[in-house]
Amino acid sequence: MRRKSSLGGILFKAVAYTVLILLAILSILPFWIMIVNSTRSTFQVQQSAFALLPSTFLQSNLDVLLGKTFDPMTGFANSMIISVGATVCTLYFSSLTAYALIAYNWKLRQPFFTLIMAVMMIPAQITIIGFYKFMYQLGMTNNFLALILPAIAAPQAVFFMRQFMVASLPMELLEAARIDGSSEFFTFNRIVMPIMKPALATQGIFTFVFNWNNLFLPLVLLTDSEKYTMPIMVSLLKGDIYKTEYGAVYLGLTLTVLPLFVIYFLLSKYIIAGVALGGVKG
Amino acid sequence: MKRRKSFSYAKYGYIFSIPFIITFLIFSLYPTIYTAVLGFTDSKGLGNTSWKILTDDPFRNFKLVLNNESFITGLKNTAAIWMMNFIPQMLLALLLTAWFTSRRSNLKGQGFFKIVFYMPNIITAASIAVLFATLFGYPVGPVNSLLLKLGLIKEKFYFYINKDVSRGIIAFIQFWMWYGYTMLILIAGVKGINPEIFEAAEIDGASGTQTFFRITLPNLKTILLYVLITSLIGGLNIFDIPRLLVPYSGPDNATLTASVFIYNQAFSGSYFWNRAAAASMILFVIIAVCSGILFFIMRDKEAAEHRKAVKRLAKQQSSKLKAQEAK
Repeated sequence: MRRKSSLGGILFKAVAYTVLILLAILSILPFWIMIVNSTRSTFQVQQSAFALLPSTFLQSNLDVLLGKTFDPMTGFANSMIISVGATVCTLYFSSLTAYALIAYNWKLRQPFFTLIMAVMMIPAQITIIGFYKFMYQLGMTNNFLALILPAIAAPQAVFFMRQFMVASLPMELLEAARIDGSSEFFTFNRIVMPIMKPALATQGIFTFVFNWNNLFLPLVLLTDSEKYTMPIMVSLLKGDIYKTEYGAVYLGLTLTVLPLFVIYFLLSKYIIAGVALGGVKG
Repeated sequence: MKRRKSFSYAKYGYIFSIPFIITFLIFSLYPTIYTAVLGFTDSKGLGNTSWKILTDDPFRNFKLVLNNESFITGLKNTAAIWMMNFIPQMLLALLLTAWFTSRRSNLKGQGFFKIVFYMPNIITAASIAVLFATLFGYPVGPVNSLLLKLGLIKEKFYFYINKDVSRGIIAFIQFWMWYGYTMLILIAGVKGINPEIFEAAEIDGASGTQTFFRITLPNLKTILLYVLITSLIGGLNIFDIPRLLVPYSGPDNATLTASVFIYNQAFSGSYFWNRAAAASMILFVIIAVCSGILFFIMRDKEAAEHRKAVKRLAKQQSSKLKAQEAK
């Protein structure tokens, strides 16, 4: 076998590695240029916008950036509140709903599961007009709850949690808990939730990132600049106020992307494994 | 005795589903119905909450939208951008899947490449849109500088003045953000295929190419369909990148998509809630048909495959836990 892979094998490997390395450069280069340019002055960028080595103007770019409407701290705090709130809601209530589907025999169980499967694909854009008008009438625009509470009903997450429970939740354990006199609610909180940890971690990462990156709904609902999330802040960078402040725009982008890089490189192993499960989405 | 017991616990099934159901009714179902109803009304204007059903011609908004050149342009652009992105994305993902799962080639550094290829997918689409707007900027932009340096162009090029180039850049960004994801899904699919089939092929002397086209591809059919439909639905809703990349959707609405059209109708200009709602419903029907096809074909197979994959994760985790406990 090994003898056969002489010339053809070497040629194949040369081609394959070349393509892989080029694609890796393609993935990294835009972010690299972004980071490098965030340390270069407007004059340097104007001379040549393409550079691979950083310069020394980080501080002055930061001063320009923060001197205008871009406020990364507020954006960061707002995005954090929304993303954490929505993630907690999705994780807890999706597990609870999945548990209802797995642990109990009730009449509407199958129709309910079919409904969850059916609405899984409906995207937010489709119902935005009704949603916005409804929130407007309730006076809930500019209210983070309008972005957090809907996360309680996350069909994709319920589906994922259910599949995990089918595979790894021993029903005997629940019977044993019942015999010991544990209430159903206590059993779920103290026995089922800890078993769900691996699934909660995987789903949690994706729900968090989805909410963090979401532009459409916050852009529609949040009009008060004090309430802007990170992606809305990013859209401000395109405005006229930063028109020729190239270094500052790159720095603003770097600041919005940085938290995600940190999350990604700390958790990439789980994220890659999670993607492979398919269907795991916000 | 036993039956009575299970009967008494059944109510918890309802109790534990209540939060989901109430939230779904309030935040999903009601807005959906509301949107559908608004499509038949005269609702417009910022802050104006009163509306009435159009009695003379209930379908007026739908007719207006379907006869609206911008909306048709938007749908065409959406379809064109999706096609330009999906076909190369699928081909590259298939090629990489073949390379990474081939037993003979045994490429090194797969973990690293997977992490790097998937990375753009996790970064905020809004940031990526603004980043690429700046990268392809004119007169100051890194791509222009690089092309000048390499001598590929003689003078700076204004990318976003050209309709096809603008659409191409959006399609490229989508391709760049999603081929890693598609590749990971396909690799997981290949790993789910019974290894005995591959062994049998090897014994029978099948070449790598033969194995891929005769065994791997046919066995991936369900997953390919899943990727196709989810990508189609995502593609039909594309908003962040076309909205932020090119100001005012470029010349002749070159990069206007269906979602951007809906947004513009509802949240700018005259605040035509009714027309935006009608356009949403038209998009909804298109997506529902796509989802329906997916749901119909995948209802059994997907669940089984998913369960297998989740089981694998659970096993990995529990063995990891055991290893930790052993320490």
